Amino acid sequence: MRLFLGSCFTLILAAAIGLGATWVTLTRGVAFGAMTIGAWTAWPKSGSVDIDPYARATIARTGELPIGTGDGVAFYARTDDAGNALDGRCTFVVSGMTPAARYWTLTLYDAQGRLVANTTDRHGFTSAEILREAAGRFAISVGPRARPGNWLPSGGIEQFVLVWRLYDTPIGVASLTTKEGPMPAVSRKSCS
Amino acid sequence: MIRLSLWILGALLLGGIVHLSTVLAMPQAATQDAYSRLAKLTPVNAVVPLTAPSAQDTTMPFMDPAFAVAVCRYDLSSGAIKLSAPLSQAYTSVTFYTRKSVAYYAINDRAAGRRAIELDLMTPEQHAQVPEEEDVTAADRLIIESPTTTGLIVLRALAPEPSLMAMARRALAGTQCRIEPVPQ
Repeated sequence: MRLFLGSCFTLILAAAIGLGATWVTLTRGVAFGAMTIGAWTAWPKSGSVDIDPYARATIARTGELPIGTGDGVAFYARTDDAGNALDGRCTFVVSGMTPAARYWTLTLYDAQGRLVANTTDRHGFTSAEILREAAGRFAISVGPRARPGNWLPSGGIEQFVLVWRLYDTPIGVASLTTKEGPMPAVSRKSCS
Repeated sequence: MIRLSLWILGALLLGGIVHLSTVLAMPQAATQDAYSRLAKLTPVNAVVPLTAPSAQDTTMPFMDPAFAVAVCRYDLSSGAIKLSAPLSQAYTSVTFYTRKSVAYYAINDRAAGRRAIELDLMTPEQHAQVPEEEDVTAADRLIIESPTTTGLIVLRALAPEPSLMAMARRALAGTQCRIEPVPQ
């Protein structure tokens, strides 16, 4: 009787631990080989056959197609440089320079990867349409209310994700440090 | 007490096995992966433009709205695929995915170096059957081996400004993806 109860207990606990760990890793998007610069994280190996089992399972579950290594690199930001969550009710400023690339795009999504509805129908910027300052630097305001200059509306949603995609860039699977890849700074300005 | 901790230790080990096997089995079990989503929208071995992602409707999560996207869902079981994609003015790329969404090859317009991206996609078996002299004479013909019989070719053309989206879509409309029966 004791053996039976013990095995039942073990099996149930094992199932809970195993499935719980799988659920947590796949919903958080755990993957190996992350490259983090400031608030931005990329997984260059996810765009090649060297993709790890966790990233494979994650994309199978979400249904997304990772950007191929010969095409470009995607950097994701879910917080600002100080670690504050990207809250659509606050105004953030993304500013600075980008690593070398023929083109880049910056896009705002909700946590599930959908675009966010807004009155101006703007969901991002490309390197060709951004307004720059003299030295090639730029600043983009991300927030719920219209701003002069580059304004990316966040629609006031609770949590958004910024994705910076660099196309035709020398940055790839090769190791990269903050010096080689000056990614733009993300900082929170005000919350309403 | 010792007996209880032994049971817990056993549960931890077993839980680890359950965790690893479910992670490894996920790509096989997934019903909402990119290929399954596109299987409902696209015929096999033909180029189909995807509708631009919007807040209401997105074919796949995290699509780049600055790009016009077209997909060729391929099946190599009846022969190799010949792909030719004219280049748009800005930036064009072609990415090859396996049935399980692994990007195994990607090329962009600059790497292709010509006015169109032209290549042959085949299984390793079909590649082995290509006569050797043909392989040499067609040295400028790019041959890609697909690890799986089915998969996705995703063509992306950038619209640097929203007004250029029509141009990018037109460029992709000239893409051809057709099956070439294997000569017996």
